[in-house]
Amino acid sequence: MTDIALPAPAEAPAATAQSLTRTARRTRRLAYLQAAPLALVFLVFFLVPLALTVMVSFWEYNEYEIIPAFTVQNYVDVFEGCLSTSDPCTTLRTYLSTLKFCFLTWAFTLLIGFTVAYFLAFHVRSARTQMALFLICTIPFWTSNVIRMISWIPLLGRNGLVNDTLRSVGIIDAPIEGLLYSDFSVVLAFVHLNTVFMIVPIFNSMARIDRSLLEAAYDAGATGWQTLWNVVVPLTKPGIAIGSIFVITLVMGDFVTVGIMGGQQIASVGKVIQVQMSSLQFPAAAANAVVLLGAVMVMILAMTRLIDLRREL
Amino acid sequence: MSDRPRGPAFYLLALFFAAFVAFLYGPTLTILVLSFQGPQGGLTFPLNGVSTHWFSRLWSGMGVVDIWAALWRSLRLGFVVMALTVVLSFFAGLAFRKHFRGEGALFTIAVASLIVPSIVVSLGIGLEFRLLDDLVNAAAAATGWGWLQEHGTLMGLYTSALGAHLTWTLPFGLLIMFAVFNRFDPAYEEAARDLGATGAQTLRHVVVPILGPSLVGVALFGFTLSFDELARTSQAIGGRNTLPLELQGLTTTVTTPEIYALGTLTTAMSLLVIGLALGTGLWLQKRKARRALLG
Repeated sequence: MTDIALPAPAEAPAATAQSLTRTARRTRRLAYLQAAPLALVFLVFFLVPLALTVMVSFWEYNEYEIIPAFTVQNYVDVFEGCLSTSDPCTTLRTYLSTLKFCFLTWAFTLLIGFTVAYFLAFHVRSARTQMALFLICTIPFWTSNVIRMISWIPLLGRNGLVNDTLRSVGIIDAPIEGLLYSDFSVVLAFVHLNTVFMIVPIFNSMARIDRSLLEAAYDAGATGWQTLWNVVVPLTKPGIAIGSIFVITLVMGDFVTVGIMGGQQIASVGKVIQVQMSSLQFPAAAANAVVLLGAVMVMILAMTRLIDLRREL
Repeated sequence: MSDRPRGPAFYLLALFFAAFVAFLYGPTLTILVLSFQGPQGGLTFPLNGVSTHWFSRLWSGMGVVDIWAALWRSLRLGFVVMALTVVLSFFAGLAFRKHFRGEGALFTIAVASLIVPSIVVSLGIGLEFRLLDDLVNAAAAATGWGWLQEHGTLMGLYTSALGAHLTWTLPFGLLIMFAVFNRFDPAYEEAARDLGATGAQTLRHVVVPILGPSLVGVALFGFTLSFDELARTSQAIGGRNTLPLELQGLTTTVTTPEIYALGTLTTAMSLLVIGLALGTGLWLQKRKARRALLG
């Protein structure tokens, strides 16, 4: 018995080690196989298109076709007149207008999103109610954006509910004209559509905050505001950063909301690109897209410095 | 904190929350009401009688735009995107758990795909397919092969538009799978393996049932995000538009409550899908709990 049994322990580790490396190798091969379809989709529909955009942005074009010959003229066109200090060029003006929408939307969505998430995370006590209220906040996100924009027409129009109510109460004599198809309605729609992108990550960050920290702050004599500012806000920063990235990129590249809510009269960077695409000026559109991408990347980089996204999930 | 009486802060915040919900749902409710406007009614209040006039107008078609064909296209595409999003994100999630070389890069690319402005992605895909068309045309001219001649365009619902939608839905799917697998206890799989289950058996009988509700969540994201997608589709679809694209065009041309009727209809469809998904998710969870009790 012992003669047969003895060698076993000596052999076993070697065999195990060998099968382990074989298993490990098989596992890794399987991992590549499982990730490959996703990687392929991103390669074909994201990386290659981006590379082609950069390439075409350096091509020439005329009314009929794009010509694969190197030129920087498209970029010169984008910034045409921007060196003159007296009046800003079209590109600069468009960017300033878009940045204004971006900043206003960011400020409002952050304020509203933070408050809503704070209420849900710290003031709703039953987990079931919390889940239900959270769902109420996210359901509109899964419905059509265009419809949600159109739905402001009966409220904000010249004879809309807001004007009618104000008039019947006697606050105004004539209807306010600038409610619909104005900067106001554009920002309103942006806030309406995008606050959810703030609520979800901020709520997620808040849900991870150890409740005993708040107890400690309370016991140490901190007021509600002090706890909020010195404990909750710093611990919620990753959520705020993720939400901000979403809102900034959504507004910077937008052309649909500005188009519909601005009555097709307000310029935006995305709209410039869309118009150039529809008039078949592909290299010009590509150059504008590359500039937009650069601008957005700079804004995002500033924020990703603050957080490690993967740890947040 | 939870045992303390509620202060004035609670009531203030609750009021704020209620106002936010009103802001969120109020406008949609107004067009729901106005879509039942009487035949003489206009785009704003007051209601000029109550009727289903605008729905029947919608049913008989909206003039030049074939809205039902667009709806059908959007539905088909939505289901394809949903299926691909669930399957691809699930397997990618499994791969990320095992770790592989390049996982950091792939994750960065997925996140980048989410936050690069939609118009840029759309333009890129549009360019890609135009250049492909040019290549095919050149090949057709050079070879003279019959099957290459007059192919039209490679751009279409299940090529460029499908790809554009996936760049938007897959990152969401992957992020959800990350969150799900971070909370997944590997002991279940080890138990299955110890009992002699193969990898495929473990997936089918252990992992998928446990993750069922989350996979339904991924499906919900896949379908609804695709069904409502507009910005990424805009430059990446051939001649035949999806429903959101037609809707966007209609906002400038239609001046009757017909468009509200269409809005009510699309919103109802979205809500139906959301309800189905949430219901299925809850049912799966309940069934799991019941089985755990019985087992």
